Amino acid sequence: MTNKENLLKGLVKENPLFVSVLGMCPSLAVSTSLENALGMGMGVLFVLVMSNLIISLIMSNEKLAALVKPVRIPVYIVVIATLVTIVEMVMHAFLISLYNSLGVFIPLIVVNCIILGRAEAFASSNKPLDSVLDGIGMALGFTAAIAIIAIFREFLGKGTITVWGNLVINLKGAFTFIGIEPIGMFVQPAGAFLSFGLILAAVVAIGNKRKEKLAKGAAK
Amino acid sequence: MEKIIALAFTAFIAENIILSQFLGICPFLGVSKKRSNALGMGFAVLFVMLISSMVTWVLYKYVLEVLEIEYMRTIVFIIVIASLVQMVETFIKKVSPPLYKALGIYLPLITTNCAVLGVAILNISKGHSFVEMVVYTTFIGLGFIFVMYIFSMIREKLDNAPVPKAFQGIPIALIVAAILAIIFSRFGGIF
Repeated sequence: MTNKENLLKGLVKENPLFVSVLGMCPSLAVSTSLENALGMGMGVLFVLVMSNLIISLIMSNEKLAALVKPVRIPVYIVVIATLVTIVEMVMHAFLISLYNSLGVFIPLIVVNCIILGRAEAFASSNKPLDSVLDGIGMALGFTAAIAIIAIFREFLGKGTITVWGNLVINLKGAFTFIGIEPIGMFVQPAGAFLSFGLILAAVVAIGNKRKEKLAKGAAK
Repeated sequence: MEKIIALAFTAFIAENIILSQFLGICPFLGVSKKRSNALGMGFAVLFVMLISSMVTWVLYKYVLEVLEIEYMRTIVFIIVIASLVQMVETFIKKVSPPLYKALGIYLPLITTNCAVLGVAILNISKGHSFVEMVVYTTFIGLGFIFVMYIFSMIREKLDNAPVPKAFQGIPIALIVAAILAIIFSRFGGIF
């Protein structure tokens, strides 16, 4: 695989959230505003890229790999947990409001299936550079996916889109134009399940359409 | 006493672990296709959650806080949980083979179940005492079993329902979960 393919496959073709459906818990919980979604995405980006790099460095050294192989899952978990602790400390120091609103989901990046999944499925058997590119692509794909859910939920639920801090796009006009209030349910837990379900169905429908088109093209 | 009952009720319904805290979604969607599997997974989670919460709580209060290394929380907790799951598995295998047969296949999956680590951390960040911690964890676990059981019954019926092609599988399951979440959140107003 070329570098470009390694980087881009996480965005659409193997999107961790919409195609593999991994890492559901954080994506449902933090998609209440775009700011939270982007914050979570940044955390995952750092942890995933660094853990892919470290694990592929360990596993590409033959002596170390032979040593680590029988206990590799605990080793991966310790590497990931250390990186997550760094993220937690940095966020606590510099981004306190984000730290408070993400809450328990920052330490829970440790058990995010995407990170352990990429470590086991990709980084353990590929070169460091490829693993870093894979990590960047997967993390950006994850961020884009939760950002889409967050925009959908925040717009329908509050009529605003909080990009970062005070940068808030106010779209309440759209609701007053139709003559209704924003639908508060969408920022509540029930709305998370509903939005994710609807968006996932839309993604599946688009995927099916494309497959049909490809099949038709092949038949011709 | 009143406080404890309120805490139990909140943990069971209003702050339901799946439907309002979004922890343990993977087993919720993955192992809920059959009633028996849902119950097996539910009890395995309750069991591991209770033991690991107790161990991590004691470790945090009497080791990490005393040594002032609270920042090691995440690392220590995940190692404790991973090794506990392994120990519980070996222990059950030796002591009670029938129980192992019922829970065995679910135990390895629990290490990466965010509900277990999540509840351990929540117990610390909410500042629960030991008794509160035990009650909270027990009822969170029972709430998990309750929702898994209801959801698995609905999913058994969903197999025969005419669901549009794009919604089959996970999308329709999520929409069912949304309806359940609305019902559960209305109970939150009682306490």
